[in-house]
Amino acid sequence: MNLSISYSLNRSGKDGVYRMASGVSSRRSWLGSRLQRQEALEGYLWISPWLIGFLVFSLGPIIASFYLSLTKYKIGGTPEWLGLANYQTAFFDDPLFWPSIWRTTYFSLASVLLGVLLSLLAAMLLNQNLRGKTIFRALYYLPSLTPVVALAILWQWLLSPQQGLINYLLSMVGIPGPGWLTDQSWAIPSIILITLWSTVGGGRMIIFLAGLQGVPKELQEAAEMDGANGWQRFRNVTIPLISPVILFNVILGVIGAFSTFSVAYLATSPPGGPNYATWFYMLHLYSNAFNFFQMGYASALAWVFFVFIFILSYLQIKLSDRWVYYEFS
Amino acid sequence: MATTQPSVRSLPGTQADSVRKTGSSATNRFWSQVALYGLAILTAIAFSLPFFWTVSSSLKTAAEIRQIPPTFWPEEIRWANYPDVFRLAPFARFIWNTVIITSLAMIGQIISAAAVAFGFTRFRFPGRETLFFLVLSTMMLPWQVTIVPQFLLFRYLHWLNTFLPLIVPSFFGGGAFFIFLLRQFFMTIPRDLDEAAKLDGASSVRVFWSIILPLSGPAIATVAIFSFLQHWNEFIGPLIFLNTEDKYTLSIGLRYFLSNPFESDEPREAILMAASLIVAAPSLLLFFVAQKYFVRGIVTTGLKG
Repeated sequence: MNLSISYSLNRSGKDGVYRMASGVSSRRSWLGSRLQRQEALEGYLWISPWLIGFLVFSLGPIIASFYLSLTKYKIGGTPEWLGLANYQTAFFDDPLFWPSIWRTTYFSLASVLLGVLLSLLAAMLLNQNLRGKTIFRALYYLPSLTPVVALAILWQWLLSPQQGLINYLLSMVGIPGPGWLTDQSWAIPSIILITLWSTVGGGRMIIFLAGLQGVPKELQEAAEMDGANGWQRFRNVTIPLISPVILFNVILGVIGAFSTFSVAYLATSPPGGPNYATWFYMLHLYSNAFNFFQMGYASALAWVFFVFIFILSYLQIKLSDRWVYYEFS
Repeated sequence: MATTQPSVRSLPGTQADSVRKTGSSATNRFWSQVALYGLAILTAIAFSLPFFWTVSSSLKTAAEIRQIPPTFWPEEIRWANYPDVFRLAPFARFIWNTVIITSLAMIGQIISAAAVAFGFTRFRFPGRETLFFLVLSTMMLPWQVTIVPQFLLFRYLHWLNTFLPLIVPSFFGGGAFFIFLLRQFFMTIPRDLDEAAKLDGASSVRVFWSIILPLSGPAIATVAIFSFLQHWNEFIGPLIFLNTEDKYTLSIGLRYFLSNPFESDEPREAILMAASLIVAAPSLLLFFVAQKYFVRGIVTTGLKG
């Protein structure tokens, strides 16, 4: 039977494979025919690199870190069962835990709101059919290619209180520049500035630009005929049509902002800034894991973060029903 | 040139209407264009000035770099800052290490992401949609959540302070972003081609190697570019897994300069800027050579994701 099917398949040509295969599956269970079994097996083989990688480098570590988070584990020793004590320490006893969360939240809110808004504005500017548009796009995009260590070194220099370009430019217009990265209250705004410079014109802007180019001209023109002014057309035509792109950028932006590590670690000295000014959550996690080798406690911090990001992304997707517009749903 | 985008209208002095071609609307249109270009140029300056400043600083002498107010372009150019980068640190070694890691990781990422994408587009198997959803959801998984157990795993394998933790994972799937990108591309290749080859007795490996891959040049190029950027610029992995100077990559090596004791005639900041430029140069050059692949890659993941 199976032999005759595969034989007739070979003769019936390319489309026949699928017609026959689906015919068989209606009569038998999914893995009924040998041909389908073989196809499935081959499929699993092809995706096996990812499957193995996922188990070894993602799922396994997620589970392992949950187990570790319930133990006291210093490298070289054996894990000692603690139950929820690490979580208790984080929430009630660790003096750096809550401040680092508020700091990270402040930074994330500001950098995502400003970043998404400015990227959208930059994309709208590029969408105006300017001559030399590709040159402008390239110039806006370049900062996002700066390696993070170079970014930190460069901006430490630009924001240097005495010798930096920024304070020099400010002094030319009569504004005394602040201490930027060396000043406790200016350190986070400085990190926001660095982040904006290196991300506003990057992938996010390109995605917005592509989204804007997908807005049908006829819709804009129809709204114009109906007497809608610029703001109304922007608000009621452009925004709804690019809202899925906004959602995408906001979700990834939020995850990225809350995970910020490198810039804050590198641009301030000591890492984490004057008096912990830029001691973000990830610096806290990193230093517990790789400076103090408290692997159990660091895992608990990682899990708190994991759950937090999960809930945050879930809420954003849930709430998006109210403002994201999908053409085909 | 009538603009249909609303943002123009919201700028001052842009009541221009493409239908009414009166004299005043033409003037308004002219000024709105001026405002638009002015804004575009100002933004371009804001984005480029730091680069200009890096280049200018990298050529200054010790005296000039500390001068207040600073000079926009060095009065006396000190080319020696660039050779100094190599003299003061084993920078050639850092470059070599980075080249090795980047090229091996790129090979792993391209081959394994392509194979996995091929599996997801050309075969039907139970759980395919669920597994692909899992692939996509790993895009949202922050590295911090898995880093501690990964570190312990690599320690157990005696891989710490070797390049292996930075290379081997690339061979296992190559990352959700690239799998997704290649899958989107493979889906546009007509199945007729591989079915015809199969009828001629070609194995799936052969279909993959001699039909799918040769037809996927642009997509592979996009993956190669982003893979290069990812590994060339990677900071956290090398920071955690490498700990002796002879193993350092460029990004970790750059940090080395920050703690380097400089002689009084060596302009510390200028040499730092020169080193930063050397590290950033390949990425910037790559962008100028292959701009369209950048845009394509970003747009694929952003719009269809």
